[in-house]
Amino acid sequence: MNIFDIIGPVMIGPSSSHTAGACRIGYVARKLLPSKPVMAEVTFAGSFAKTYRGHGTDKAVIAGILGMLPDDLKLPDSLKIAKEEGLAFSFSTAELPKSHPNTAIIRLIGEDGKEVEIEGASIGGGNILITKLNGMTSVFTGEHNTVIVAHTDAPGVIADVASAFAMFEVNIGNFRLARPHKGQLAIMTIEIDGEATTQILELLKRQPNVTQVVYLKAH
Amino acid sequence: MQITYESIQELINLANEQHIRLSDLILSDQASSMETSPDEILKRMDAQLTVMEESAAEGRKKDIRSSSTLAGGNAYLMDTYAKCGSPLSGDFCAYAITTAIAVAECNAAMGRIVAAPTAGSCGILPAAVLTMIEKRGISRQDACMALITAGGVGMVIANVASIAGATGGCQAECGSASAMAAAALVELSGGTPEMAGHAMAISIKNQLGLVCDPVAGLVEVPCIKRNAGSIMCAITAADLALSGVKSVIPVDEVLQAMNEVGSTLPCALRETAQGGLATTPTGLKLAEAILGA
Repeated sequence: MNIFDIIGPVMIGPSSSHTAGACRIGYVARKLLPSKPVMAEVTFAGSFAKTYRGHGTDKAVIAGILGMLPDDLKLPDSLKIAKEEGLAFSFSTAELPKSHPNTAIIRLIGEDGKEVEIEGASIGGGNILITKLNGMTSVFTGEHNTVIVAHTDAPGVIADVASAFAMFEVNIGNFRLARPHKGQLAIMTIEIDGEATTQILELLKRQPNVTQVVYLKAH
Repeated sequence: MQITYESIQELINLANEQHIRLSDLILSDQASSMETSPDEILKRMDAQLTVMEESAAEGRKKDIRSSSTLAGGNAYLMDTYAKCGSPLSGDFCAYAITTAIAVAECNAAMGRIVAAPTAGSCGILPAAVLTMIEKRGISRQDACMALITAGGVGMVIANVASIAGATGGCQAECGSASAMAAAALVELSGGTPEMAGHAMAISIKNQLGLVCDPVAGLVEVPCIKRNAGSIMCAITAADLALSGVKSVIPVDEVLQAMNEVGSTLPCALRETAQGGLATTPTGLKLAEAILGA
């Protein structure tokens, strides 16, 4: 924590959890989609489901999906901007008793037909916790620089990825692997201390069995 | 030596040992822990101050409204009254009240604000520093230093108690902001670090147990008017401390009491809209109209 966590963040109101955090969840979903989104299905649970209109949570999530950050003055107009940019969207509510009270599930379809689905919670002060990525457990907060590596489960992939960071002297602060089935699609969530440079990211993409690399910079 | 930010007395002692202000101490510590220069931090803080000025101006507009239509227009009313009437609280306080309401209304209407420490309590600290700029002619540089003091003591509150309404009730949001504003006001008025500590203690003591009971779960009723109440509490506490009045209970013990009170508050009074003003007949009627049954 530093003084700008207390005198900050700069954000569009009214609520750090229901507006700023929701925008960040949308933003992460957008970053995880390889192409421009053309459709967004947003499901709100818990307190989000109850108060999303009054808090502008709907506008905030769509703003994030359009690539806006929580301090973007265009955030309140995001629904209009989405229509102009050809992004179709829908909102629904659901009960997720085991999830955090402020949870959103976002499914995006890109113009290349590829999809991404994330489940994330807004845990207070604009901070978020992504809990699921494409149905797999993937826990990260976005408070640290995070690299998401989608890959095919095979011997040596983790070692290759770790070596790529080591080669550029970047320290891994946290590592999580989700692998629902042996030999199939798996996801590494890697929080790092320094910066993931273009060189590191390119090297990661060239590793055998790695299918997608996404870099989310800390806010 | 790095500061732990686990006690206000620690900050006071360190500042006294070096014969410097709280803001000087916190600025140099933050520059070192964030691996940047003090100038860089001041520049960032100046940008936060600019946002505060913009939200205070935006919120004073006559036609600003939240999407629920519950909030907006009150800063305009207060501003007009303060300029044309003779407010009981005087020129300085009336300006502070107007600013607190304006920033909080800007927030409710999806304008841009600085969470300080939270969005719900975002009007209190701007009210303190912007009123000092407008009515006492302090420099931007001093205003930024006061925000650094507020940020430093706010970190202690966050560490030993809470700044989240869902955890500690409104005392944790508006109460904390009020204590931060009180420390800033004391420093801007030339008070000592001890006086800042006493002002924080007095300010929090006067808001201990304040519940978080937002109508319809929205950051509007009663949050916006509580921003006005909390800046008045901060000014009262700062004046008392500057006069030499001391808090009988030391500030760190007051923070512990706030934490204890927060954790014993029933869940219904911690941002769930299940008690307090939220469940009054009018509160429930408004919630139904806004959110649908």
